[in-house]
Amino acid sequence: MARITASVFTSHVPAIGAALDLGRDQDDYWKPLFKGYEPSKQWMKDNKPDVIFLVYNDHATAFSLDMIPTFAIGTADSFTPADEGWGPRPVPTVVGHPDLASHIAQSVIQQDFDLTIVNKMDVDHGLTVPLSLMCGQPTPEQGWPCPVIPFAVNVVQYPVPSGQRCFNLGRAIRNAIESYDEDLNVHIWGTGGMSHQLQGARAGLINKEWDLNFLDRLIDNPHGLAKMPHIDYVREAGSEGIELVMWLIARGAMSDIDSPAPVPKVAHRFYHVPASNTAVGHLILENQ
Amino acid sequence: MALHKPYTDVPGTIIFDAQQSRKGYWLNQFCMSLMKAENRLRFKADERAYLDEWAMTEEQKQAVLARDLNWCMRTGGNIYFLAKIGATDGLSFQQMAGSMTGMTEEEYRAMMLAGGRSAHGNRVVGEDGDAQAHRQPQGLSARKEGN
Repeated sequence: MARITASVFTSHVPAIGAALDLGRDQDDYWKPLFKGYEPSKQWMKDNKPDVIFLVYNDHATAFSLDMIPTFAIGTADSFTPADEGWGPRPVPTVVGHPDLASHIAQSVIQQDFDLTIVNKMDVDHGLTVPLSLMCGQPTPEQGWPCPVIPFAVNVVQYPVPSGQRCFNLGRAIRNAIESYDEDLNVHIWGTGGMSHQLQGARAGLINKEWDLNFLDRLIDNPHGLAKMPHIDYVREAGSEGIELVMWLIARGAMSDIDSPAPVPKVAHRFYHVPASNTAVGHLILENQ
Repeated sequence: MALHKPYTDVPGTIIFDAQQSRKGYWLNQFCMSLMKAENRLRFKADERAYLDEWAMTEEQKQAVLARDLNWCMRTGGNIYFLAKIGATDGLSFQQMAGSMTGMTEEEYRAMMLAGGRSAHGNRVVGEDGDAQAHRQPQGLSARKEGN
């Protein structure tokens, strides 16, 4: 039986990818940020998953305004890093896990979540920056350490899904993964956030106190956190802080939510301001 | 019954909802086209001619030519789409976001290094934070120009 052993939460700022790709990660500006991910890279080596289920949002890359799926699961064999306007990142092609992805789609749709099944999709920094932060910079020939199932959530065009719906979706994803016959160690990642606003006179908003409280509640009181309405994210964490609803999908898939398991172990926690316009938050939680 | 939109009283913020999306459809689709290197080259070679290939309003075209991202947003643009214009110009996301505040690039960068913009006074229209309408534009360059 497949099982989820851990969840990883991290911001996915494009400038982090650029800093790595251009070899600027040891610059004074970036050094403290990458230092915070050193334990994470070691943790990935020590706890290598068979598959990563990676929740992220597409930033007007694979999905134009022609079609905007609320929840989209990538079922392809592979996914090419996108050209977002700066040229594609020089990172490996993302290898998928079509069989597990199709199984999850079948199971989750039967649990009343309307997923869009995507057989062809380029992946942007939302997916590749978390991989770089956790796995370093493998060459295209080396490849990423394991297959990845991309799961894209619409947080670009309103209405976006509520925190509660994301949380409940995570619970359904856990059921789906645990009903897969092959013995696989799966990590579920929730990415995006933390506080940031990229637009208008309020651009540059950062709310450290709110972010730290969000991290605390994500660990200890996810059921309560899931009830927070969108407008609180926008007012307190900036218009693009809404990406944090995606973290609730990964948290909802942890074993303490629907079974008597203890609260997950915090294997690593990190917070840093700024990365470009954004507050970077990061957590690794292990099921007990 | 009108739809509930609780996000219209956040200062300096336009929420990209289905209505804005409809308004900005062609502007945003033009932006998407800049994800192809050959289109970036064609756009840079003759911006006006390239824009004229799209069913955008004249105001949207003027907003793009002026590289005024706040103006682009008012006409239905979304920042993730508009970012493709900045990428075509070789700008970072920080330069793009900063350009919407009136601050110089250095001032905006310094604000971020100092911990970013405070939410205090910037949660609801009518407070007195630095993102409120009566305190625009921000930064030294705006004051020098006497705006």
